[in-house]
Amino acid sequence: MSESTKMTGASALVKALEASGVDVMFGIPGGAILPAYDPIFDSKIRHILVRHEQGAGHAATGYAQATGRTGVCIATSGPGATNLVTPLADAQMDSVPVVAITGQVASGAIGTDAFQEADIRGITMPVTKHSFLVTDPADIARCVAEAFHIANTGRPGAVLVDIAKDALQMQTEFNYPKSIELGGYHPKLDAAPAAIRDAAALIAQSKAPVLYVGGGAIKAAAHKELLKLAELTGAPVVTTLMARGAFPDSHPQHLGMPGMHGTVAAVTALQKADLLITLGARFDDRVTGKLSTFATNAKIIHADIDPAEIGKNRRADVALIGDLRLTIDALIPAIKNEFKKNQPDISAWLAQAYGWRTRFPLGYDHPKDGSVSPQYVIERIGKLSGPDAIYVAGVGQHQMWASQFISYEKPRTWLNSGGLGTMGYAVPAAMGAKVGAPDTTVWAIDGDGCFQMTNQELVTCALNNIPIKVAVINNESLGMVRQWQTLFYNERYSNTELHSKRIPDFAKLAEAMGCVGLTCDSTDDVDKTIAQAMEINDRPVVVDFSVHRDAMVWPMVAAGTSNDDIVNARSLAPIWDSQEL
Amino acid sequence: MTQSHPDAPSSSVSFSKTRTLSVLVENSPGVLARVSSLFSRRGYNIDSLAVGPTENPNFSRMTIVINVEDHALEQVIAQLDKLINVISITELDPVVSVQRELLLVKVSTDEKTRSQVLETVQLFRAKVVDVAQDAVTIEATGNTEKISALLRVLEPYGILELIQSGLVAMSRGLKPGSISEDKK
Repeated sequence: MSESTKMTGASALVKALEASGVDVMFGIPGGAILPAYDPIFDSKIRHILVRHEQGAGHAATGYAQATGRTGVCIATSGPGATNLVTPLADAQMDSVPVVAITGQVASGAIGTDAFQEADIRGITMPVTKHSFLVTDPADIARCVAEAFHIANTGRPGAVLVDIAKDALQMQTEFNYPKSIELGGYHPKLDAAPAAIRDAAALIAQSKAPVLYVGGGAIKAAAHKELLKLAELTGAPVVTTLMARGAFPDSHPQHLGMPGMHGTVAAVTALQKADLLITLGARFDDRVTGKLSTFATNAKIIHADIDPAEIGKNRRADVALIGDLRLTIDALIPAIKNEFKKNQPDISAWLAQAYGWRTRFPLGYDHPKDGSVSPQYVIERIGKLSGPDAIYVAGVGQHQMWASQFISYEKPRTWLNSGGLGTMGYAVPAAMGAKVGAPDTTVWAIDGDGCFQMTNQELVTCALNNIPIKVAVINNESLGMVRQWQTLFYNERYSNTELHSKRIPDFAKLAEAMGCVGLTCDSTDDVDKTIAQAMEINDRPVVVDFSVHRDAMVWPMVAAGTSNDDIVNARSLAPIWDSQEL
Repeated sequence: MTQSHPDAPSSSVSFSKTRTLSVLVENSPGVLARVSSLFSRRGYNIDSLAVGPTENPNFSRMTIVINVEDHALEQVIAQLDKLINVISITELDPVVSVQRELLLVKVSTDEKTRSQVLETVQLFRAKVVDVAQDAVTIEATGNTEKISALLRVLEPYGILELIQSGLVAMSRGLKPGSISEDKK
């Protein structure tokens, strides 16, 4: 059944990674994982030596989000492994396939509080899809194969394989399984035909449907099918933060992003719909606002590959459990069938929804003091780099603006930390994305707070010919926290001032790390500076965009309140026609 | 994991009720931690959890007793099912399953009360497993109702020490919960 030869556990590990299709991994060696680094030296797998294990984890995530393949990171025991916890939790929350390999102290020393010992399998249990501890070298290849299978099938996620040092050193047979059979893991791919028919019937009865599209549409590569479904039903489409790019922003049916900082049209369409056709989305609190007031008149069709998402936050009228691409493929003929009998007239609903889009467009002001508007900088980066570039955001105001003011036309061009909200994600994730898509322009849109968490990976980029571009949207503060302090804490700015226009000098910092450092502090220079950054392709570029610090993200649904209470700009709720309320 | 007392007043507002889940899991290290960690982080309260070997050494069976509403039960099962080491989950209806727990209870006795306590033991088909000058230790097995009835009767004599196992349960009739069935 499987080929078999004698080798060390370490060689079996590397051979198993090769057999799993790994072409690149991000990591740092250390004592317990050291045996593995010897065969890595000879492997065809490209190993990128990062500067912090967190960078390795986010790079693996960025690589996976840009390519759809499983990202791989590797670290030693103890602190090496615990530094991976944040990126693993991040990848798991956003359903990104990532496999982490960690060294563990020798099996005889496990449980003795040995040097650099940490129970990383236990620590990562709640934040991974699965975690292995391998102490027998004969199990290494099988566990690696199973890890990749678990990470990139069903609902993708993070998997950790922790391997004891002596297992890496001992001789073993190489047994890579030809096929994988896990008794307790059988992701369901095809939605039940009866449920497909029920869903089609609901769609044919709906007068006010919305396609509520989540990140699952990108994971399932369902964007082409989604476009067909949207055009077949004619329903307005909203794409969540994780789904930006799953449906073209330029499409006339697109209402934009729903949620806390979504467009008025997208938020309101969800609220007033009579049917939500939910496709790979999970009714996250940032989308629903106060759950009990969310889309109270809507029936719910919920398509997801994870059965546990059905009914977790919102009861579903029809559950379509399976791979989203296959689900939509099955749904389309069923809807055509229903439409032959009865095609609902949704024209009044469309007029209303598109009316909201026209009346309440996204927008921003240029600051009166002449300083640069952060939204303008981000919008121009998007315009000048176009829809083929990959945009990777950190977490905070700049992330929201990047989701709002860049037009996404294609899947896997917008990468961000949606679920966990991990500041520091952008630089290492952009590095991973660039490694996965070397011919694509990759912009990290970062904040000055985020950038100071993980910027050391620019050294990795500079040394390994990974020429990413970083726009630091520098408002010298933890901007989103500051926005909340402005709105909810009487403008008491406790510990959100970073002084990052004074210290550090980002351009000099960039130069010190082998990058080109540019600065821009006037609106007139924005295009010129972006163009200058676009011309540099032999080194990473960091642009310090000095922007107005009081700019805020609008619209906003305050945390814990109803989506009905969306505020379009400060103290400015949309004024509805009476019949709309 | 606290054992909620069965004769505690049942809540009349909520529709939650006690459910028994029989969960077949791989017999591998860390599985109990995975299950208990899941219950803890999702905020599900466990009334009792018993785990032990099965007829197949590759698998263990957990009997988990929880008090939840219908909707929450579906979530518990769906979330449990996501654990890679969980093979299958069956909800056991008390009517069509055998459910047992084990009780060891040390009751204070004197010359006057000892015979009354021994009579109670007989009535409940329990056993005396240890006798001391002023106490007897009683072993009883039964379903939750029987165990709590026995405790109610013994309580006035003075309960010195008490320990109960978690509930273990098995469906009646032809092995619908057997491993060979579950594996299909």
